[in-house]
Amino acid sequence: MGSSSSAGDRHSGTGHWIAERASAAALLPLTGWFAVQMLRLSGADYDEAVEQNGRPGHAAMLMLLIGTTFYHAEGGLQVIADDYVHGAARKPVRIAIRAGMAGLALTGLVSVLRVAGLRRRLTS
Amino acid sequence: MQDVREAFYVGSRSDGTLTRRPMSPHLQVYKMRLSMFMSIASRVTGVVATAGAALAVGWLAALAWSPAAFARARKVTGSVPGQVILAGWILSLVWHMVGGLRHFLWDTGHRYQRRAINRDGRIALGVILLTAAGLTGAVAGVSRMRAVARTGGVR
Repeated sequence: MGSSSSAGDRHSGTGHWIAERASAAALLPLTGWFAVQMLRLSGADYDEAVEQNGRPGHAAMLMLLIGTTFYHAEGGLQVIADDYVHGAARKPVRIAIRAGMAGLALTGLVSVLRVAGLRRRLTS
Repeated sequence: MQDVREAFYVGSRSDGTLTRRPMSPHLQVYKMRLSMFMSIASRVTGVVATAGAALAVGWLAALAWSPAAFARARKVTGSVPGQVILAGWILSLVWHMVGGLRHFLWDTGHRYQRRAINRDGRIALGVILLTAAGLTGAVAGVSRMRAVARTGGVR
């Protein structure tokens, strides 16, 4: 065991297993909600999209969805990288996955906040 | 050699030349079965669903950026390639979620017998295709209704 787990994941297996399942369970209702929103938003123009996504409740749900989605995706992509990327490329790939998913999550969260702000300006 | 495990992959042919022994498990010796296909598809759809989520963040960012940026995003989502990508994203999300539900079931120790796995695989495939087709059709339908309502029923 000692030499087979040289890459640093020796004690993180259980935590990772639980994290992927907990986020997956959370994503079930969140994605169900998202499917309904996607139906309501399909073909929406700018005003409709701002009005619907900017509502406080919707913005909060969207932010939860975005955070959980990219957290779950990060965990999954790391497992795939662990399976197929070995040697010197491994560490940069791990970092790239983490940075990429964090960047996407951050972009999404900031966008939602901005849309919520736009809606307040439009409706007041 | 970048990975110490590579040392174990060095083998020699009968004529003495060195060769790289295959890693185990190696895909090429297995016959593709439904369970194997569903397992691989679960992984692939997870990656595709993530790529779709990245595009969705792009849509949100365009909405947050400016009406002009959102108009460009709408042009993409309204185009044929955009619709195909949207349908692929929906299919991937549904596929990955149904695959995940089966994993939850397996985690409780159920449906792990070979017969159960093969049977559930076929059912899962049917549920996935029907749900994805229904959702995609509904999205396209609502979008069309909106477009018709906007032009006052005149095409």
